[in-house]
Amino acid sequence: MLIGRVIGNVVATQKVRSHEGRKILVVQPLNLDGSDRGDPVLALDAVDAGIGERVLLTTEGFSAMTAVGRPNSPIDSAVIGVIDSVDLAGEYFRRLNPQMNTDRHGK
Amino acid sequence: MILARIVGTVVSTRKDARLEGKKLLIAKPISPEGADESGYLIAVDTVGSGTGETVLIVSGSSARNASECKDRPVDAAVIGIVDEVKLDALHEAELAASRKK
Amino acid sequence: MLLGRIIGNVVCTVKDPALTGQKLLIVQPLDKRGRDKGRPIVALDAVGAGAGETIYWCRGKEASFPFQPVELPTEATVVGIVDSVNIPGA
Repeated sequence: MLIGRVIGNVVATQKVRSHEGRKILVVQPLNLDGSDRGDPVLALDAVDAGIGERVLLTTEGFSAMTAVGRPNSPIDSAVIGVIDSVDLAGEYFRRLNPQMNTDRHGK
Repeated sequence: MILARIVGTVVSTRKDARLEGKKLLIAKPISPEGADESGYLIAVDTVGSGTGETVLIVSGSSARNASECKDRPVDAAVIGIVDEVKLDALHEAELAASRKK
Repeated sequence: MLLGRIIGNVVCTVKDPALTGQKLLIVQPLDKRGRDKGRPIVALDAVGAGAGETIYWCRGKEASFPFQPVELPTEATVVGIVDSVNIPGA
């Protein structure tokens, strides 16, 4: 799973039936320092996430289709959580935020 | 799936038993316009294709859905011999325009 | 899944028997601004998409699921036709 940010959504009327009733989100995967990790992907929404939210993104088919409750559906990624906070161990936090001296929750 | 041109074959005597009797082809990916792309892959033949032919290759775990590839260690399979590639007229016009630039 | 645009199709007479009757589309992947991104790929069609349309497509083993119970050899399938894309700031 990856951390991602919802940056938009896609509307499609004509699509495979197993995608009906689920939002299609455009999600930008993120590195731990919050920078973009590769290109955005389209993911089905399992948790009612919205634009701007930081989310848990699965990019593995089985996890994705079971999360949205659509077994045997062509789904290769899904948003399966909305992230409240990310805690990084001190060493990693300092590596990502060299200008700061104290441990903090990475936001 | 990708388009590719067969540029050779691989012969291997000592190999996984599940690959016995399978023809191993060296395929060079090509663009829809027919230009060579970088890289190559080795694919199992399922349709009787040969050197020089333009083919359709499926890769990843889906390659094991190709005929007689189930439960075999195959991650790329030739599943079609291409007769013709038709490009959208608009796309062709865009290509022609970009070549002029 | 990723955004893409249909730029053509492929015709094969000799092919895996499971592909008989399936449309083979050439898909140009798109970035979030709708610009071409990366190499075109060949995908099966699960929704009746045609040349010039913006679509979204599924990668991997899951791409064969619209055609169950038949297990088709595809790792890319067009699964929806896009009406609109809303990405604020893109």
